[in-house]
Amino acid sequence: MFDKTRTWATVAVACLAWACGGGGDAGAGGEAPAVEEAAEAAPIIDPATAGTIAGVIAFEGEAAAPQAIDMSEEPDCADGYGSEGPLTQSVVVNDGRLANVFVYVKEGLDLTFPAPPDPVVLNQENCRYHPHIVGLQVDQPLRISNSDPLLHNINTQPSLNRGFNISQPQAGMETTRDFGVPEVMIPVKCDVHGWMRAYIGVLDHPYFAVSAADGSFSMPKLPPGGYVVEAWHELYGVQTMDVVVGEGETVEVSFTYDAGMAENAEVPLGEPLVLGH
Amino acid sequence: MGLQTPWLIAVLAALLASRRCWLVMPALLVAGQAAAQDVERGEAIYRTWCQDCHGEDGKGDGPAADRMLPRPRDFVAARYQIRTTASGALPTDDDLMRVMGEGLPGTAMPGWPNLSDDEKRDVIAYIKSLSPFFERETPETLQRSADPGGGPEAATAGREIFERLECDRCHGRLGRGDGSSAASLEDWRDLPIRATDLTEPWLFNGGMGADAIHTRFLTGLDGTPMPSNQDALEAGIVTEQDLWQLAHYVASLGPEREPDVEEVVQIERRETLPGGPDDEAWESVRAFYVPLIGQIVEAPRQFSPTVDGVWAQGVHNGSELALRIVWDDPSNSPDPEWQEWQDRIAATLYADEVEIPTDPLPDLLFLQFPSEVPEGRERPYFLMGDGRDPVYLWLWHSRRGAVEARAAGLGAAEALDSAGSGLAASAKWEAGQWRVVFRRPLATEEDGALGFAEGVPIPVAFFASDGSSGETGERGAISSWYYVVLQPPTSRAVFVAPLIAMLVTGGLGMFAVRRAQRSVHSEGRG
Repeated sequence: MFDKTRTWATVAVACLAWACGGGGDAGAGGEAPAVEEAAEAAPIIDPATAGTIAGVIAFEGEAAAPQAIDMSEEPDCADGYGSEGPLTQSVVVNDGRLANVFVYVKEGLDLTFPAPPDPVVLNQENCRYHPHIVGLQVDQPLRISNSDPLLHNINTQPSLNRGFNISQPQAGMETTRDFGVPEVMIPVKCDVHGWMRAYIGVLDHPYFAVSAADGSFSMPKLPPGGYVVEAWHELYGVQTMDVVVGEGETVEVSFTYDAGMAENAEVPLGEPLVLGH
Repeated sequence: MGLQTPWLIAVLAALLASRRCWLVMPALLVAGQAAAQDVERGEAIYRTWCQDCHGEDGKGDGPAADRMLPRPRDFVAARYQIRTTASGALPTDDDLMRVMGEGLPGTAMPGWPNLSDDEKRDVIAYIKSLSPFFERETPETLQRSADPGGGPEAATAGREIFERLECDRCHGRLGRGDGSSAASLEDWRDLPIRATDLTEPWLFNGGMGADAIHTRFLTGLDGTPMPSNQDALEAGIVTEQDLWQLAHYVASLGPEREPDVEEVVQIERRETLPGGPDDEAWESVRAFYVPLIGQIVEAPRQFSPTVDGVWAQGVHNGSELALRIVWDDPSNSPDPEWQEWQDRIAATLYADEVEIPTDPLPDLLFLQFPSEVPEGRERPYFLMGDGRDPVYLWLWHSRRGAVEARAAGLGAAEALDSAGSGLAASAKWEAGQWRVVFRRPLATEEDGALGFAEGVPIPVAFFASDGSSGETGERGAISSWYYVVLQPPTSRAVFVAPLIAMLVTGGLGMFAVRRAQRSVHSEGRG
């Protein structure tokens, strides 16, 4: 009797699940697709024809001087910065070159790139994020680690992805997350230490770079073709440029920022969401 | 849904034919309810009840939103604070049903008892349709361990977890929302957000009690600075037991239920009045809770005040009155550490006003009385009276102490000319709480001041302002009229009457026993 009734119940529930699952609706069960998609293979980029976009981010005029950060509430963190003390990282200019600019291919690629398995690390050390600007690919692991023996919370605030806010109350803790949708850029903050900020750029391809202390950047192994390249800075905003890469060519590209751009800069953080209906 | 309905009917018919339908009817009914959710009906209800706050497009930007802190939910961004799901995940339908049913205490979001469950489900279907995220994922409730139980030991152990996890950084050493990071906290829109006062659990957005608190530890409150501890749990940095002990500790910081509100604040009569704000004698005096709300009647208004209630205690000795008023305020204003907070609150809540306060402002407490004890229920206009019926005020200022004043309208207070009636105040701010003691002789000759008579209900109202939130007295938190009643001296009859009753009862008893004994003796002889 029990077996029979259980069979009936199973059949009925299966019918319901089938019926409710019609019309492309995900249904209450959220069942997995019947056929798993095979893992995507990386597109083959011919090294003989691949090119490079490389260059520098120039800065003209008087850059806003880095501001001292009051870390007095965390003396152990403050001690890590020597006599100069901790400074803001929003604007880092050396010899007319701007660091921490996120440069990436915005348009022109029609290849699909699987997520690399290697994690990208975002570390918290001396109450600051390292690095300040992070780039990674869709679904690539982001390993968030805490090197400080104190509480940080990692509060990500994307628009297109789901934002999470997690605690890391102890040194050595690591958390791995990923982002499923391309988004430039995702702000990250620690609410315990209001000065801590980082930005994460998520792309569905590997052609991105962050300008170094000398303003230089490089995006190698690009298939030949025409691209729109964008440079993003957290204070001075975005600039785009059309770039054509010939076979085996290294194209020198330079973006120039100036101090006046901070006034009316548009600093996109994700794109506005489109209504779902 | 068009595809689903015939299938449901078909399955129902098959089940009825099988005569075993009772087994799966509950599942079928649930499925039927889910399928019956109607986005269009939900939208109609949304237009009537929700959009003034949540906005025409559901972005949390309705006409009323600009005065609210925190702002209403943005259903497009779909960051929901109160969920049973992981940080970053969407809420379940049950989570949304709970919020619609019970509201979010401590915010402007009420419960909606006027809507049936079906109507709530329709609204949920509509607000979910506003966000593409609901098409991409199906939320799942986090698995939680069972509560191993509370008690003093768990709470004591939880205190250590509170310190180890540095909860005090935002919530403060004693949990009153005054931590070292509190003045810089922002929500996901970069608007200022107050750290929750853990001693007022009846205002917790997600409800009070260890179970609700434990859920918040695991889920975090998305869109706010409160993080999830699920990852720390999985990493072994905290254990299941730690989090439950912490939940019981946090629950122990406040009362088990919302304080009762009584219309009358009883003023005890004692030989000796308690002393300053920290005198232990106050511990034995009953405290009456008076809830405060924002002053929204006249400009400058405040829809989201800092102070949400005061505790009033009073003692008199027949010639003098002592009142202690205690309330939580995370800042001892003016405080340079909170200046940026003050500016951000002003920009967030008062942006459309002509005068935006920029000077560092003090904390204020006003006690309002009528100018004389009224006969019957007649009372002055509750917002500081009017020309016909002015009020008598005690104005306390966090840096200047207290003065007596009279007012004939909001913002029209004038200090009494002379020394007044001898009002004195002593105050202490500590760990996110003000404790202010007022003392005044009961009798007064001062024109415009109130004489306090015993045994008579005397109207009183409270105004509290947090200077660090740009509040100014008029722009702040207020109560309606309450009463203080000074307990009259205990009549001698209270002591004499029981004595007489005892003597009479005893005497009658003796008389009855004697008679009974005589009766027995005489019968024996007979």
